Amino acid sequence: MSLEIADPRSPGAVPSGRARNRGNFEKYSWIFMRVSGLVLVFLVLGHLLIMNVLDGGVQRINFGFVAGRWSSPFWQTWDLLQLWLAMLHGANGMRTVINDYAEKPSTNFRLRMLLYVVTVFIIALGTLVIFTFDPNLA
Amino acid sequence: MASAPAGTLYRGGEGMWSWVAHRITGVAVFFFLLVHVMDTALVRVSPAAYDAVIATYKTPIVNLMEVGLVGAVLYHALNGIRIVLVDFWEPGPRHQKAMLRGILVVWLLLMIPGAYFMMIHTIEYLFGSTS
Repeated sequence: MSLEIADPRSPGAVPSGRARNRGNFEKYSWIFMRVSGLVLVFLVLGHLLIMNVLDGGVQRINFGFVAGRWSSPFWQTWDLLQLWLAMLHGANGMRTVINDYAEKPSTNFRLRMLLYVVTVFIIALGTLVIFTFDPNLA
Repeated sequence: MASAPAGTLYRGGEGMWSWVAHRITGVAVFFFLLVHVMDTALVRVSPAAYDAVIATYKTPIVNLMEVGLVGAVLYHALNGIRIVLVDFWEPGPRHQKAMLRGILVVWLLLMIPGAYFMMIHTIEYLFGSTS
């Protein structure tokens, strides 16, 4: 038995285009922010602790330091997961910010497309670098 | 803020300002992340190119900005945990103000030694003896 009740605040209005077939996207987005956020607490704070605080912090980082870390599948996996989760978490947060402030539809659309292009580019670049890193690069 | 209606979670007071800070730190960290993936990508160009860009991270002014970055990430992480507790822990909403005070104390307790160890080289470089 299906029952449909129109939104009383928009009499006669039929949701158009994008708004119609969104399903539960915003709910899954909300859940994703919390789940990815909790994972990122460990990944990113661990990353910052190792890279910036312990054992001389940023002063000891150079190409050789990176080569040593990425010789281990553990740190490769850590950095790959961190890259993807942080970029998707950050991009979804930026999408929320754009939707909050860019009210003009064309401005909203352009900002979001720019965000999505940049996000795909950075995730692809970072993934490529982790997978193709060459410690013997002269 | 005295005229704000009572009983709302987000209008004025701790609820709103923690949200404002969460948003500002989140946007700032996102833009740094874009830069950071690109500077790390220089390991695919040459060791010299990577070492050159990392050298800027070791200068006193950028080192100070790193403390700001870590402070922003740490606030966003701690307040994010608070948000999860407000959403999923039944008594969470009632304790949101106490939890904010709690995370600010934790933030300070972690940032004091954290900033010290992050800045120790810069402090010695700027003010220390040569020994």
